[in-house]
Amino acid sequence: MIARLTSSFTRSAVITALALSVSFCAAQTTSSVYTNPRAGADDPRIGLKGGLYDAGEAAFGLKRIVSLPKPAGFAPDLAAIAAIDAAPEPAPGAPRAPRPPGPAGPAPYGTTNSDLAFSSTHLFVGNYNGVNFYDISDPAKIKLVTSMVCPGGQGDVSVYGHLLFMSVEAANGRLDCGTQGFPVPAAATPTPAPEPASPAAPGAPVARQRPPLPPPSSDRVKGVRIFDISDISKPKQVADVQTCRGSHTHTLVVDPKDKDNVYIYVSGSAAVRQAEELAGCSGADPSADPDTALFTIVVIKVPLAHPELSKVVNSPKIFTDPASGDVNGLWKGGTHGEGTQTTSATRGCHDITVRSDLGLAAGACSGNGILLNISDPVHPVRLDAVNDPNYAFWHSANFSNDGTKVLFTDEWGGGGQPRCRSTDPMNWGADALFNLKDGKLTLASYYKMPAPQTELENCVAHNGSLIPIPGRDIEVQSWYQGGVSIVDFTDISHPIEIGYFDRGPVDGTRHAMGGQWSTYWYNGYIYGSEIARGVDVFKLVPNKYLTQNEIDAASQVHVAELNVQNQEKFSWPANYVVAHAYIDQLARSNSLDAKQVSSLNAAIAKNKSKELKTMAASLDKDAAAAKSPVDANRMHKLADIIKQGGAPLQASLN
Amino acid sequence: MAEEGSIRFAFRLYAAALLCLSIVPAPCKAQATPADAPIVQPGAPGHSNKTLTAATAAGPHREPSEADVKFMQDMIMHHGQAVEMTELLKTRSHNTEVQAIGDRINVSQTDELRYMKQWLQDRGKPLASEHDSMAGMDMSGMDMADMAMMPGMLTPRQMDTLRKSTGSTFDHLFLTGMIQHHTGAVNMVKQLFNTQGAGQDPQLFDFANDVDNTQLAEIDFMQHMLKKEHQ
Repeated sequence: MIARLTSSFTRSAVITALALSVSFCAAQTTSSVYTNPRAGADDPRIGLKGGLYDAGEAAFGLKRIVSLPKPAGFAPDLAAIAAIDAAPEPAPGAPRAPRPPGPAGPAPYGTTNSDLAFSSTHLFVGNYNGVNFYDISDPAKIKLVTSMVCPGGQGDVSVYGHLLFMSVEAANGRLDCGTQGFPVPAAATPTPAPEPASPAAPGAPVARQRPPLPPPSSDRVKGVRIFDISDISKPKQVADVQTCRGSHTHTLVVDPKDKDNVYIYVSGSAAVRQAEELAGCSGADPSADPDTALFTIVVIKVPLAHPELSKVVNSPKIFTDPASGDVNGLWKGGTHGEGTQTTSATRGCHDITVRSDLGLAAGACSGNGILLNISDPVHPVRLDAVNDPNYAFWHSANFSNDGTKVLFTDEWGGGGQPRCRSTDPMNWGADALFNLKDGKLTLASYYKMPAPQTELENCVAHNGSLIPIPGRDIEVQSWYQGGVSIVDFTDISHPIEIGYFDRGPVDGTRHAMGGQWSTYWYNGYIYGSEIARGVDVFKLVPNKYLTQNEIDAASQVHVAELNVQNQEKFSWPANYVVAHAYIDQLARSNSLDAKQVSSLNAAIAKNKSKELKTMAASLDKDAAAAKSPVDANRMHKLADIIKQGGAPLQASLN
Repeated sequence: MAEEGSIRFAFRLYAAALLCLSIVPAPCKAQATPADAPIVQPGAPGHSNKTLTAATAAGPHREPSEADVKFMQDMIMHHGQAVEMTELLKTRSHNTEVQAIGDRINVSQTDELRYMKQWLQDRGKPLASEHDSMAGMDMSGMDMADMAMMPGMLTPRQMDTLRKSTGSTFDHLFLTGMIQHHTGAVNMVKQLFNTQGAGQDPQLFDFANDVDNTQLAEIDFMQHMLKKEHQ
């Protein structure tokens, strides 16, 4: 079914792609590309004490206002952790020596918290064991309202109206949300004897083993679950859209031209299911089976009036080489030159971020960063693809608000490994910042959370969102146990850190999985999902890089829903709160001197329209000679606001 | 059951409270206790929900499957050989590009070795299975030189040849050997997910998928390097 839809699509996509002259960026030299430096030995994040709920903390520009530990069913097992800590280390060199009994069960730190979604006054925290719903009408008094138990990681969530979407890829996901998983055979598993490697020439293909396949199960779910959350305390499962590789992540796509449906882009990176379990699934090489579930993403259509009828409507082969028609048309892995990073072959996407208003999507697709035209959301068409010698695994993407930049992340090591040690290169496991112009991506710089972390802390670039500060490109981002880092990439060639929050390791003596999975700005606050510790709520605090006026301007931006991968454009009211933010920025960059600043402030305070109009005119004029195009833009925006004059109410907000 | 559950829940709150009393006040001030919210388990589409208790929400305690444990034990031995091979690089190879890929493999396999050992340790399992050692077996009359311990692992004879080589011969044997080795690891992951009941431990699931992603990428990388040899 999926396959048939695809082949006809592929042809048209190829033609369009050719017409748009798809380019494939060759290896880029890195010597000229800026990478932010590692922090000095005096960084307060170095040497923080470990602990689950009592770790040492360091913060700058961010204040943690409240944290809620994971609730029952998801929470760490404190007794088990204590037992592990008390157990003596096994003697080295005795691999088969008896171990202390395993008191921990599968997860002493509870089940993994994952991605976040927001709707009105509710926060949805995904977890490998389900989703927790929180009331955030008063963020400082965040309150759990419903725990929904429904295992099957990663539990990525999106919300649209009364519908909640959840990604399932794990081997224990059941249609009935059962926690029992699937039975392990009672008798000892017949493990096939290790097969001797071919003694023939080294490098000869290893003989394929044919182990017994697990029986397919009609109880298993891999794909996207859809819940009706009209009654927040009684979520109801209305549909499960099954896919061949499950859903590692998914992206809500809202087509501005289609009011009756929403779409879901499914990114899957796990093994392909048996055809016996889900008809049509094939994990074969595309040369052997053109209908393979590899080298594609899956598009689900959700009819809003009948979400139970949601189904897969396309499986576009977005990696196709327009010249040869080979569906495995992008980066096949390989060297980019001496000393460069290994890049995963592009077999699927890990995550996709869409900007429906621009008709664009940025895909982080294992071996490539790609750009898609999604004007027709069911039939995305590749516009550009880039690779990078320092990138191991393209993980996620964010657009700048004006759509001229894309920040990609590299999850080198998969998230479970400590890759922010002082020995790990600053351009590996980092963000890569690209300029986006005329549908083409060009590398501008790398950014990595600068404070070296310990061997005990899993750390690499992870999920983040924009903070709507007018006049600047600012992202708050998670780095697992590297904490939260706020990066300003207004000058894309020189990204700088302007705030951070970090805790010591979850466990100060041994490696334990934890840290921030997602950290997103939502309506004036920053929310973090901590894998082991629960939910954190933060506020920005002014510092030398950020003023209260800028924070106030950002806090004026209110959205009804937030699904970070369905990125919406921010806009700001033309009021004096925003004007003051621009004035602060122009003062910081010395484009306005102290005298100009004080006279502007005085005129705004008095709200004298004639005086303001004169000032606006001179700002527009001075913009031509501004220190940078960014400052020129700020001056024009500021002039626009003060020309109109601010209503007293707006002025009083400041 | 419900009673038992609420007692355990109460204990957890108590434990959390104790922690807060005994530790630095700053982080605890903000540490709120979990609210008393319903724990709902939705049914399959068209079926009704269940309400769970704090005790039942986490699900049954499940021991890792035998295949899971065996996978980790085998992969430890498998990774061990890769680290041994990358150690040889330091003295045998003069090619900086081969050394660079070797360094990366060394970093990832060393990190993963630590990870796998801790996974087994946390679950009270031995780091090696009985099958992993030929010690004590009567091997007289068997020629073991061409027998590999695990899929893709180099045979004793291959390892011996590698140890004795240097320069470009070494580089070639290293790349072909590591491709063979990684291909074996990728097959071990495939075999794990094709075993009934295996891979349901979430940490193991994530880890095995990452082994698959990383090693496939490294295979591609090394194949390109081999191609360049012929240019």
